[in-house]
Amino acid sequence: MKQEVWIAVGVLTLVCFAIKAVGPVALGGRDLPRWAERLIVLLPAALLSALVVVQTFADGKALALDARAAGLAAALVAVALRASVLSVLLVAAGTAAGLRALT
Amino acid sequence: MRAALPLVIPTALIGASFGVSAATSGWGTVAPIVMSAIVFSGAAQFATLAVLGAGGSVITAIVAATLIASRFLAIGVALGPSMRGGKVRRALEGQAVVDASLILAKTGEARYGVRRLLGSTLPQYVGWSLGTVGGVLAGESIPDPKTLGLDALFPAFFLVLVWSELGDRAARVTAAAATLIAVVLIPVAPPGIPVVAASLAVLVGRVAQR
Repeated sequence: MKQEVWIAVGVLTLVCFAIKAVGPVALGGRDLPRWAERLIVLLPAALLSALVVVQTFADGKALALDARAAGLAAALVAVALRASVLSVLLVAAGTAAGLRALT
Repeated sequence: MRAALPLVIPTALIGASFGVSAATSGWGTVAPIVMSAIVFSGAAQFATLAVLGAGGSVITAIVAATLIASRFLAIGVALGPSMRGGKVRRALEGQAVVDASLILAKTGEARYGVRRLLGSTLPQYVGWSLGTVGGVLAGESIPDPKTLGLDALFPAFFLVLVWSELGDRAARVTAAAATLIAVVLIPVAPPGIPVVAASLAVLVGRVAQR
């Protein structure tokens, strides 16, 4: 087990370094054409929406509806009511934790 | 930097739970700490832990973690063009990229600031690394992140971040398409793929752009 762990840590150090370096090395210092910029502007909306979905509704390779979904629903209400970031986070965590404590 | 501060304690607690799980799975004390300090990708680290813990091979663990980390390719494409300086410097600066950088390091339309990037990631890095150290040392006395609802806290934070983008119609269309892609892919694709594939939603959003 110990040796396997170190192999994984070593390889993933290199892999993660490379993954994070590709964009900056390949595209850094360039003025991108207008069409590319217009796509990049939309990347935060695409990736962060997908992260919200995956972190809320994915349980491994299955879709799941659990306390996290209740937390997100509560967070959505808080965001729509223009609550502060900290309040939104507390509402989300509190809802999920409360629901789990009850069930 | 201030925008990232609400995440420090939750990040430290999740880092601690990684430390506890790794230490109690026979990883020893040094490997989990080294992994948090240099791999610095929570989801990829938990994937490694899960695969090895379930008796999977090292290769399976590495592939699983790589798929999870693949979204940083897309995030690097967003931030890369804003980076100046030599290749080595850009490669090193790219290591500071985390999910939240997509919004927290933004300075304008498709523009990012390196100082904002470093400033917004630093609190999270410190929290994650020190949390792991704490978890490895403290063992089971660390509370389970699920009991505290912390697994609901991170998607809520990303919701806050993405909300700030949705004033724009093309961004709303993109977000809707990305949501659909992720929901459809979760049951059929390996973990990690749904997020990176959702970056294709920008092509749908482009149609709605003026």
